[in-house]
Amino acid sequence: MRIGVVTFPGSLDDGDAARAARIAGAEPVRLWHDDPDLHGVEAVILPGGFSYGDALRCGAIARFAPVMETVADAVQGGLPVLGICNGFQILCEAHLLPGALTRNQHLHFRNRDQFLRIGSTSTVWTNQFTEGQEILIPVKNGEGCFVADEYTLDQLEAEGRVVARYTRGNPNGSQRDIAAITNEAGNVVGIMPHPEHAVEALTGPSLDGLGFFTSVLRALAGSSAGGQLAGGNHR
Amino acid sequence: MTTQPDTATSGAAAPRSVPNQPPAAALPPPGKTAGYAATDVLVSEFDGGPDTVQRALNTPEELQPHTELGLKDDEYDRIRQILGRRPTASELAMYSIMWSEHCSYKSSKVHLRQFGEKAPQNSRMLAGIGENAGVVQISEDLAVTFKVASHNHPSFVEPYQGAATGVGGIVRDILAMGARPVAVMDPLRFGAAEHPDTARVLPGVVAGIGGYGNCLGLPNIGGEIVFDPCYQGNPLINALSIGVLPVARLQNKAAAGVGNIVVLLGARTGRDGIGGVSVLASATFDEGAEQRRPSVQVGDPFMEKLLIESCLELYDAGLVVGIQDLGGAGLTCALTETAAAAGTGMRVWLERVPLREPSMSPTEILASESQERMLLIVAPEKLEQVLQVAAKWGVWATAIGEVTPSETPGLPGRVVISWNDHVVVDVPPGSLADDGPVYARPIREPADLILLQADRAETLPRPTTPDELRATVLRMVASPNLCDKSWVTEQYDRYVLGNTVLAQPEDAGVLRIDEGTGLGVALSVDGNGRFARLDPYEGARLALAEAYRNVAVTGAEPVAVTDCLNFGSPEDPTVMWQFAEAVRGLADGCQELGIPVTGGNVSFYNQTGAAAIHPTPVVGVLGILDDVARRVPMGFPPPPTAEGDLLFLLGETRCELSGSEWAWVTHGHLGGRPPKVDLANERTLGALLSAGSQRGHISAAHDLSDGGLAQVLVESCLRRNIGARVALPAHEQQNTPFVYLFSESAGRALVAVPRGHDKAFVALAAEYNVPCTPIGITTEEPVLQVHGQFEIPLDELRAAHTATMRELFGGPAELAKRHGDPEHASRPDEPVNLLAPATAPVSVEDEAVAPAGVEGGAVAPAGVEGGAVAPAGVEGGAVEPAGAEAAPAVSRPSDAEAAPNPAYAVDSREAAPEAAAPASSPDVPRSETVGPKAGLAADEPAVAGSVEQTKSVPKPSPSPAEPDSPAEPDLSGAEPPAQAAGGDSVSEAEAASFPASGVDEVVPGAGVPASGVGEAGLPASGADAVAPGAGVPASEAEDVTAAPAPPAESADSDVERHAKGRRVEKDRRSSAGGSAKGPRTNAEGPVQD
Repeated sequence: MRIGVVTFPGSLDDGDAARAARIAGAEPVRLWHDDPDLHGVEAVILPGGFSYGDALRCGAIARFAPVMETVADAVQGGLPVLGICNGFQILCEAHLLPGALTRNQHLHFRNRDQFLRIGSTSTVWTNQFTEGQEILIPVKNGEGCFVADEYTLDQLEAEGRVVARYTRGNPNGSQRDIAAITNEAGNVVGIMPHPEHAVEALTGPSLDGLGFFTSVLRALAGSSAGGQLAGGNHR
Repeated sequence: MTTQPDTATSGAAAPRSVPNQPPAAALPPPGKTAGYAATDVLVSEFDGGPDTVQRALNTPEELQPHTELGLKDDEYDRIRQILGRRPTASELAMYSIMWSEHCSYKSSKVHLRQFGEKAPQNSRMLAGIGENAGVVQISEDLAVTFKVASHNHPSFVEPYQGAATGVGGIVRDILAMGARPVAVMDPLRFGAAEHPDTARVLPGVVAGIGGYGNCLGLPNIGGEIVFDPCYQGNPLINALSIGVLPVARLQNKAAAGVGNIVVLLGARTGRDGIGGVSVLASATFDEGAEQRRPSVQVGDPFMEKLLIESCLELYDAGLVVGIQDLGGAGLTCALTETAAAAGTGMRVWLERVPLREPSMSPTEILASESQERMLLIVAPEKLEQVLQVAAKWGVWATAIGEVTPSETPGLPGRVVISWNDHVVVDVPPGSLADDGPVYARPIREPADLILLQADRAETLPRPTTPDELRATVLRMVASPNLCDKSWVTEQYDRYVLGNTVLAQPEDAGVLRIDEGTGLGVALSVDGNGRFARLDPYEGARLALAEAYRNVAVTGAEPVAVTDCLNFGSPEDPTVMWQFAEAVRGLADGCQELGIPVTGGNVSFYNQTGAAAIHPTPVVGVLGILDDVARRVPMGFPPPPTAEGDLLFLLGETRCELSGSEWAWVTHGHLGGRPPKVDLANERTLGALLSAGSQRGHISAAHDLSDGGLAQVLVESCLRRNIGARVALPAHEQQNTPFVYLFSESAGRALVAVPRGHDKAFVALAAEYNVPCTPIGITTEEPVLQVHGQFEIPLDELRAAHTATMRELFGGPAELAKRHGDPEHASRPDEPVNLLAPATAPVSVEDEAVAPAGVEGGAVAPAGVEGGAVAPAGVEGGAVEPAGAEAAPAVSRPSDAEAAPNPAYAVDSREAAPEAAAPASSPDVPRSETVGPKAGLAADEPAVAGSVEQTKSVPKPSPSPAEPDSPAEPDLSGAEPPAQAAGGDSVSEAEAASFPASGVDEVVPGAGVPASGVGEAGLPASGADAVAPGAGVPASEAEDVTAAPAPPAESADSDVERHAKGRRVEKDRRSSAGGSAKGPRTNAEGPVQD
C-alpha cells in the first residue's frame, strides 16, 4: 500500500508521518507541494508543521498548493486523507472539513501527552479503534482551538462525525472538546493531536497512534478486495 | 512559480564576465545589476558619495567616530597602521565589529588557549575550537556537532526576538558545519522570580524560543531555568543546538578556489541588528537600554527552515566549496572570515545584496545582522544548480562577488568591496578576522571573597524535627529554582522529528541518531552561578561534573564538552579573575575527565552599572549511547512486584550546604565554599552507571545536585506517580537526616534497582569502588515516606511542585502586571465575561498586596536578599507608596467586583506620578521596592514594558476574533461564526494584507519571503519593522487588527484571567505570603496555605 505524505515549505512532521506509515506496514511516498501528481498513492497524509510559516492564517496558503487541487478532486472519488495538526488546518481552509482552528485560548503553544476518546470508528482512519476507547497521544499546537457555528457543531455530532474528543482536560479550548472530525463520506479526517508521534515505545507516550495508520491499510485492503471504502458506508 | 529576484541571475552573470582585477583598481563590474536604482539616486545624499578608499586617502585628517563605535584610541591607531591610511567609514565599522569583544575574544583569548593546550588526546574530534561548532565522530560514518552560545543582551532588551534569534543563530552555526540540526536546549537565567520585570522577560523569552524552535521543527530536549536576583538586569539566555552529519559531509568556511563565486543565500538584508555585537553584546548595560532595541535582530523561523533545507540539499549535491553563516557581525564577519580562512582575496559588489530597505548605505549593508542568511562559496560551473535549489525552496540566492587571488605570491589576498562603482573597502581580511587586538587584562581576586567564603552556610540554623523537615521539603520543591517547569517546557515541541527518547525534565536529553542501530546521544547543559561566585575554579568544575553526571545517569558515555562563559565586564580586574579561574577550572576538569572542549562562546559585559552577575560558566556535555533502548530514565517505574524496586544512593554525602539551594531558599544566604568536587570519582560513578545500565541492573537513575536527595526523591516519585519508602543512613558525625536530605555534595546519584539485580549491582559498585548505600524501596502507594521523619502524599507534593510557575507567570498576578490596568478597565467586553467576575478586582488586589508583602517579607526573612539584592533597606522608598496603595486596594475587592473599572483607573492614576516616566504602570513603583541594585536594573525595563502595555491593550479588545475565553459558553457561541467562516474569510484577509506586502510574494508554490508577509502585519514575526517583540504585548497590537487570529500575547490577560479565576483565592493567600519578595518568602507561600 502506498501512502503519500505531502511536504509543503515549512512542513515539520512529514518525516514522522512517513515513519508511522512505514511502521504500520505501508510504503510511504513523499509528495511535493508543487507537484500536482499524486504518484499513484492510495491515501494521503497532510502532516503537521508551519506550512508557509503560518502566514496569513494556518493553512491558508497551503490550500492553494498545486498538490491540494489534485487532493481535493481525489477526495470526491473517495481518496482517504488524514490531516494532522497543520494538515487539519489545511483541510479546513480547503473546505474539505467544516470549522476552523484558531489560536489556543490560553494563547500559548502547548505540548503535552493528551488523552482522547474515540467518537467514531466508521471512518477510513479509525476503524481499528473501538467506540469510546481512550487513547493517549501527544498534542502540540499553538492554533488548535476548533471552532464552528452551533449548527455545524450540532450537525457534526448528530451525524457521528466527531472522530475524537479531548478528555481529562482540553488543551486548547476547542468547542465541545473536539479533537478530530471527519467529512460526510468518512474518508477525510482532520485531527489536531499527533498520532504519528505515538507509534514507538521508545519515542512516544504510547502506541495508540498506530491505529490510525493500520485503519487505513485495512480499509484499503477491504476496498481493493472488491469491498467498499469503509467510509463509504457512512453516506 | 519562482520568487527568485532578478538579481540572482543577473548578478550571477556579472562576476563570471569580470576578469580578476587588481584589488584596488575599483573598476566597475560591467554587468551592473538593475533593480536597486534607489541606491544610485541616493548617492547624492551622501554629500559627494560614500566615504571611499580614494576619499580616505585624500582626507587623512578627517575625524572619525571610533570611540562611539567602541574602538579604543590605540586600536584606531593600529587600524591606520594596517591600512596605511585612515579607514573609510565602512572599514571603520567593520573593524569596530570584528575587533569587538564579542567577535575577537580579545580579552578571553589568552585564557581560552588552555582548552587546546590541556585537551586530552581524542580521536573523535573532527573539528574543534575556531570552527563554527565542534564536530565529534560517533560512529564509522556519522558525526554530531553541538555548541552553546549566548544571546543575553538582546533578550533583555527585547525578550521575544532576542531569544528567538538566539536559537536561530546557534542553529545556523550547526548548519554551517554540514549538519542537519536535530534539537535545541536552552539554559536560561532570570532575575528574582517574583520581580515584575521577570514577568516581562521570562514569558517573552520562552515564547521566542518556542516560536522559533517549534517553527523550525527542532525538538527542545532540555535546559535550565534558574532565578537569581543577580540576573535581574541581565538575564542569561543561552541556546544550545546539536546537529548530525555524515562524516563525509563536513563543511568548512574557507573561501578557496580563485574565481569561485560568492553567493548570499537566504533572507534579504535589512537595517535590523546594526551594531548588535559592538553596541549590545560588548558593552555594559546602563540607562537607556531599551533604546537599543533597534540593535536587536528580528527572526523569521520559516525562512530559516527553508534555508536549512536548501543548504542540506546543496551539501548533498556537492555544490558548495565553503560556507559560513551570517549572525553577529553579518556580512563583515562572513566575508572576512571566509577569505582569511583560505588566504584568498575577495571582490564584492555590495549593490547586488538584496535589500529590504533600498536606502541602506554600504556601511549599513556590511554591518546588518539580519537573520537567516548564509554565505556560500560556489564553483562557477555549479552556480546555476545552486540557484535552482534555492528557487525550489523559495529562498533568495544572489551572486555578490568572487574569490580573487593574492596580489603578491605568498601573501594573503585582500577583500575589496565596492558599492555602485565606489570602492568603499580594501582591507587584508586576516587583520579583521584573526589579528584583532589581544589583551592580557589585569586580574585581581575580589576583595570580598575571603569574607564571603568565611560566611559558611553550614552554621545556619537548620530544621531538626520531623515536622520542620516535612515543611522544608514542601517549601523547597515549590521554590522557583526547584519547582516543576512544565509551564515553560510545554511551550516547546519535544516530539518533532520523532527521535526524542528523553527530554526535560529528565537529567539529560537523549536523541536517537540512527534508527537502524539505535545509536544515539545524550546531552545535558548545566551551570551554578552561586557555586562559581564562591569559587570560580571549583564552580566551573562543578558545572562540568554535573553535566557529565547528568549524561552518565542515562547510561551514556560522555565524550565532549561545549561551554558558554557568562561573566561581567572584562575591564573589571575582579571579573577577569573570576573568568581566568573558571577557564582554568574547566580546562583542568576536562583534562581530568578526558573529554575535550570542542567549542563554545564567551559572553562578557553581563552587568548593570558596576554590579556584575555571578560568574556563570554553563557547560554542555555530549555523551554517546550505543543503543538508546537501554537509556535510563529518572522516574521510578511501576515496580514489577508489590515489593518495589530497591533504592541505592551512590557516592558519599558530606555536610555541604554552602551555596546550596536550601541556604538560599531558607536563609537567602550565599557564602562559604562550594561542595568539593572529585572528578576521578565522577568518572568511576559514570562508568558504574554505564555498566549497570548495560547489564540491565538499573530501572531508574537521577543525578543529585540542586536541592539534594530530597529533590531527587520527589522528582523521581512524581514522574510516574510511584511512591518511595526511605530510611536514611544512620546518623553519623555531622550527617543528620537533614544533611542527607539537603546537602549538595557532588558525585552522587540515586538509582532504582529491580529485585533480583540488587546483589549483582552492589557487587558491581564495589568493583568500581563507588560507595553504594541502600536507602529504601519504591512503592505503588503514592506516598513519599522517610522513616522516622515524615510522610507526604504525592498529590500534596505535586500540588506544591507544580503550582509555582503557573502562579508566577500564568496566573492573574502575572497578567495584572503585564497589562496596563487602565486599559484593562476600559475593555468593553470585560463585564461580559461572567465566568470569573472576581478576577479583575483580584488582580487589583494582587497588584496591591504584593508590595504589602514586601513589607512583611522584608521583616520576616531578615533580609532574604540581604547580601544579594537589597541591602536591608528593602522598604526604603518603596513601602510607603506601596502601603498607601495597598490599603485602599485591599479593601476594595467587593466593590471592585461590581465596578472594576474605576478601581483600575484610580490605581493607575495614583501610580503615575511615582513612575517618573511617561508610561504609568503599577509596575514602576514596585520595581523600586526590590532595592537599590535590582532597582537600577529594573526601572528601565519596567518602564519600557509598561509603555508597550499601555499601547497594546486597547487594540486587541475591539477585535472581534480576540476574546476566546475558555469554557465560556456564551461567548463561544457568539464568536464562532466569525471564525468558522474560515475558508471564506481567506479572501478578506488577503485583501486586507496584500496591499501592504505585495501579492507576488505570497505566491503559493514557493516559499513566501516572510519579510514581506511580516510587513503585512501577520502573525509571523515581523520583518523590517523592528517590532519590539511578539513576546511583549505591544508589538503585535497592530497585527491584531489586521490578522484574523489574535497572535499577540497581549490578549493573554482576559483569557488566562478567566481560566485562572478559580485559583484566585489561592493566589490571594499565597501572594499575601510575600509573592513580591525573595526566594524564601515566596517559597513559603504555598506552605502557609
